[in-house]
Amino acid sequence: MDTHGHAEEHFAGTNKLFISIWGWLVGLTLVEIFLAYKPMPIHLMLMVLLGLSIIKAALIVAYFMHLKFERLSLILTIVPALVVCILLLFVFFPDSFRSYGLRYHFKEQPAVAPPAEEQ
Amino acid sequence: MSTEARAATFPAVDWEGGTLPYRVGHRKLGMWLFIVSDSLTFSALLIGYSYLRASNVWPTPFPFWPSIVFSSVMTFCLLSSSLTMVFGVSASSRGDKAKARKWILATIFFGVAFIVLHLIEWNHLIHEGLRPFFLPEHWVQVFTTTDGVPPSPLFGATFFTITGLHMFHVASGAVYLTVVAARVNKLKHEDIEISGLYWHFVDLVWMFVFPLIYIMSVDVGHHIG
Repeated sequence: MDTHGHAEEHFAGTNKLFISIWGWLVGLTLVEIFLAYKPMPIHLMLMVLLGLSIIKAALIVAYFMHLKFERLSLILTIVPALVVCILLLFVFFPDSFRSYGLRYHFKEQPAVAPPAEEQ
Repeated sequence: MSTEARAATFPAVDWEGGTLPYRVGHRKLGMWLFIVSDSLTFSALLIGYSYLRASNVWPTPFPFWPSIVFSSVMTFCLLSSSLTMVFGVSASSRGDKAKARKWILATIFFGVAFIVLHLIEWNHLIHEGLRPFFLPEHWVQVFTTTDGVPPSPLFGATFFTITGLHMFHVASGAVYLTVVAARVNKLKHEDIEISGLYWHFVDLVWMFVFPLIYIMSVDVGHHIG
């Protein structure tokens, strides 16, 4: 059957490769959980976590979703436009920092009492 | 079908009609386009969440037990379900439909385990008093800053919306895969591969939801405010 042979030649990758990708994904997840309990500045933590997430997403897309083995024209149609659109969404962040700065800070005792034991 | 079969033989006329320029079937291209649009949905939600988080005092309430342990096991379930799905697609590409069905059933098992664990985790939080627009009273006390600014009650809204929409994707994926498993002998290999694409996408989204929602909200004792 033609579709059959066609499929066989196009589904590259061995089970051993997929298991090692899975191992990497689990390993990187464990690193993330470990990092959660490492005291570090929140911006640094965000950068590291997002970096790890992007690596994990790339592994899934490339190997599990098989995009690495597809035609370059398909990859170029899907990936760059998506990345640009997502990056454009970051245009909102300066506004969020501005609105944090606008917050009113209470001078006197707040309505909700802070906990009795302060550290 | 006939077009797909012919695609391999006419590489030079890819863009002149009648062939498949991307060398994938129409249905598979459709799934890729759906995945692109769904990625934008989740990106917008996660960026909206980050916007709110950056512009408010945000609570970081998740304890190691149960929240982080549960979400880590859930992550493990989804990653493993992706692996079994790949095995299923791989078996299907070799024409071994019976094996493909078994692997797809294993995938559904992990997907359902994910949903059950997630609902238990939701239940914990709801019992603590978390609602879409209210925080539990003791969170408000702990996370109010020293100058008296209370934490944003939108924590619950973002949490339930993002994890809820993701859970809906997992649930619909489980239904989709059940249909695929039931009809595996009638389906072409590419159709099974397409269901795999959807399933891996659901896994991929969790790779961003887990660190941004769970890991970034771990209760480490010192409250930054």
